[in-house]
Amino acid sequence: ISPAELASTPTEEPNGSGHLMDFLDEPFPDVGTYEDFHTIDWLREKSRDTDRHRKITSKSKESLWELIKSLLDAWSGWVVMLLIGLLSGTLAGVIDLAVDWMTDLKEGVCLTAFWYSHEQCCWTSNETTFDDRDKCPQWQKWAELMTGHAEGAGAYVLNYLLYVMWALLFSFLAVSLVRVFAPYACGSGIPEIKTILSGFIIRGYLGKWTLLIKTVTLVLAVSSGLSLGKEGPLVHVACCCGNLFCSLFSKYSKNEGKRREVLSAAAAAGVSVAFGAPIGGVLFSLEEVSYYFPLKTLWRSFFAALVAAFTLRAINPFGNSRLVLFYVEYHTPWYMAELVPFILLGVFGGLWGTLFIRANIAWCRRRKTTLLGKYPVLEVIAVTGITAVLAFPNPYTRRSTSELISELFNDCGALESSQLCDYVNNPNMSRPVDDIPDRPAGPGVYNALWQLALALVFKIVITIFTFGMKIPSGLFIPSMAVGAIAGRIVGIAVEQMAYHHHDWLIFKNWCRPGADCVTPGLYAMVGAAACLGEPRRPQKRSSPLLRQSRPEKRSRKKGLNGTSREESTPPTLATDERGPRGKAPLWAFLTQDPTRVEELEALIKDTDYKGFRVVISRESERFMGFVQGRDLPLAIRKSPFKQDGVVSSSVVYFTEDAPLLPPTNPQPLKLRRILNLSPFTVTDHTPMETVVDIFRKLGLRQCLVTRSGRLLGIITKKDVLRHMAQMMNQDPESIMFN
Amino acid sequence: VSPMKLKNAKSLICDLLQNSEDIRCKCICPPYRDIEGQIYKQNVSLKDCNCLHVVEPMPVDGKDVEAYCLRCECKFEERSSATIKVTIIMYLSILGLLLLYMVYLTLLEPMLKRRLFGHSQLIQSDDDVGDQQPFANAHNVLSHSHSRPNMLNKVEHAQQRWRRQVQEQRKSVFDRHVVLS
Repeated sequence: ISPAELASTPTEEPNGSGHLMDFLDEPFPDVGTYEDFHTIDWLREKSRDTDRHRKITSKSKESLWELIKSLLDAWSGWVVMLLIGLLSGTLAGVIDLAVDWMTDLKEGVCLTAFWYSHEQCCWTSNETTFDDRDKCPQWQKWAELMTGHAEGAGAYVLNYLLYVMWALLFSFLAVSLVRVFAPYACGSGIPEIKTILSGFIIRGYLGKWTLLIKTVTLVLAVSSGLSLGKEGPLVHVACCCGNLFCSLFSKYSKNEGKRREVLSAAAAAGVSVAFGAPIGGVLFSLEEVSYYFPLKTLWRSFFAALVAAFTLRAINPFGNSRLVLFYVEYHTPWYMAELVPFILLGVFGGLWGTLFIRANIAWCRRRKTTLLGKYPVLEVIAVTGITAVLAFPNPYTRRSTSELISELFNDCGALESSQLCDYVNNPNMSRPVDDIPDRPAGPGVYNALWQLALALVFKIVITIFTFGMKIPSGLFIPSMAVGAIAGRIVGIAVEQMAYHHHDWLIFKNWCRPGADCVTPGLYAMVGAAACLGEPRRPQKRSSPLLRQSRPEKRSRKKGLNGTSREESTPPTLATDERGPRGKAPLWAFLTQDPTRVEELEALIKDTDYKGFRVVISRESERFMGFVQGRDLPLAIRKSPFKQDGVVSSSVVYFTEDAPLLPPTNPQPLKLRRILNLSPFTVTDHTPMETVVDIFRKLGLRQCLVTRSGRLLGIITKKDVLRHMAQMMNQDPESIMFN
Repeated sequence: VSPMKLKNAKSLICDLLQNSEDIRCKCICPPYRDIEGQIYKQNVSLKDCNCLHVVEPMPVDGKDVEAYCLRCECKFEERSSATIKVTIIMYLSILGLLLLYMVYLTLLEPMLKRRLFGHSQLIQSDDDVGDQQPFANAHNVLSHSHSRPNMLNKVEHAQQRWRRQVQEQRKSVFDRHVVLS
């Protein structure tokens, strides 16, 4: 039985007869496509692709044109990667520039050219001073613009008010746009993309409107000062670009398995533009989101990530030709004794992760079940209002989170004038400032310390309520901020301890006078890394994804011989039987004998089976093949377009040759191409662990169960998932399936 | 053609292609003895981006120049002001268009359709903001009343189909909370 007889690629409609506006027509679903919220069959997609490739290779020997077509087909993968990289980089650049500008818009405006952010406005000005290197007369705060006063209580209150109002406006626009145009654009996107990449279908999640709305509302959400980041949504944006370009090539648009290879690479490009780190993007895609990652995808991901990073550099949003978001250089080595505070920071990261996950899940559950979930717009406005009101007074929370992290990572040299670097310098020193290692902290540092502590508590609490709202939101940056603040506080504490107690044993060997000892910026980085690893485990999100249709009557847990599951023997399919329809497994089977179209249509209409087995004849139930439930009505309905003369009384046959019929009968309908002649089968004595392994490793969608050579039943991926949920003492009803 | 004219032409073209404001060399000099910290900026090219060219007027003289310049840090930076301008204006226009379309969909279209068809022909049900379902059969009424050209029909069809999809998404995300918590 050749693989060509498996569900083959549907034949293409003749080109050229369509109109320009045909894209507006509703696309008729093809045989071999999948329904929304179902899983794909990895094996089928793989065999289809091999089939297509073989066809192209064999045809390429025929003529030069066919050879060129085969080369174009081989190159189409790289072209798609190039396009994905270009578009992702461009969109990331646009998002960065717009976020920069809109974040500063909350505080003031540039008078010479309104499209400049604060930093860009003061770029050419000569009035910047060393201490106030951010101020320049071209950029004015709102109070100064409106009333003419720059200082004073009135100006402060006015600035405060306008800050809150701009924040509310931005978040209101964001949530309205999401609600009206693309509800799938909310949230981070990474858990759902993981689910899609593992073979699940969510139609519309990577669509064009989702792409547009996610890009536009991401800028609004980040600019409104909420405690969220843009890295997760950038991955979603990049995958939408990937999906968009897949539809240009039939090699990817018609094969769900191949499409997911492209989406893996697109995810790598997304992380690459978020952080300016192409290799980081590839590693992220490999480790976090992808299910199927062959070597070919590795190179293609790297290529896409590189193109995206270079496109971003060409747009140059950071203004200093830097690609990487946080660029730090530390010149002093770290010492073994510093491992103790590093381990403490790691413990803090773990605690923060646990706290965040538990609290966030509890809050999301409350949102789902109580009245809170009915007012998403009000919820967003309320949270934004609280965030803005609490964030404005503290200078560390007033600015954008990325700026805060950059400042915390920064090593204090001579050229820094921020409060964090306000160390007491010996005025009689002869050497340049940053050579002096241990200096006592000045009042500015102590001021910064308690402000940072307040900022830490604020960020921990507010992120719990922010994440899960109906706007695009990412989790990377807030986690890093929490870790960076904690790390810097610990770093400054250790540094001051080393200065004031340099005669203690641990500091004696390590902190020699005159040598640089502790780098608080490094502690901030370690803290950020520790906190970043933890909260990205909201796996619970995957399970509610699967929509519930009709609840299914499940068969008894006890097997046919009445043994219960607590026996010591490992559960096998015999003891854990599941039929598709409850106790007495009713089988609909189609026989190889000719039936009529109308009989089939009646069968489809009356029942709701997900699959049909085809047997040789009703008497000898020798198993011939398997037909997917969705394919049968599609094949019948599509047939009038292809074969003339097929009517309701036409005969349907599954064999290779048409049955002998009198010539007065209408044209028979051949349905062999939707018949799967080699479905996977296991026997009912297969242990459940092996069955779970088979499903996981092969990516099967369903598997037939035989006993003594006769077909007993069918087990699907969702049945396996339910079983696994039960094993883990989760409620299997929470996994909602058809 | 004299070399002077060539040079003028070249500098003119260079100025047109790249805004001369877009490059700068920024030198930050920390406090030194009794001189306070200063920031110096100048539009010089990369090869001239060092303390001696940029720091003008030099606050110290003679032997101290070298010590002073050792502490200063000079960085060459460039930006593209045209890119920033185009990006921000493009973003604001897209945002404006989307907002207008949103206002049209939520406020104006129901009003217009109500005025066109009256209350009798349409099934009235509770419509929340953005829900177009009560007026979905307006298209049917339209097609029955007079025959429109195919193009407009197709656009209407496509728009209705899109709205149905969005409504499905909205139901599963906002109402039933089955996707995206």
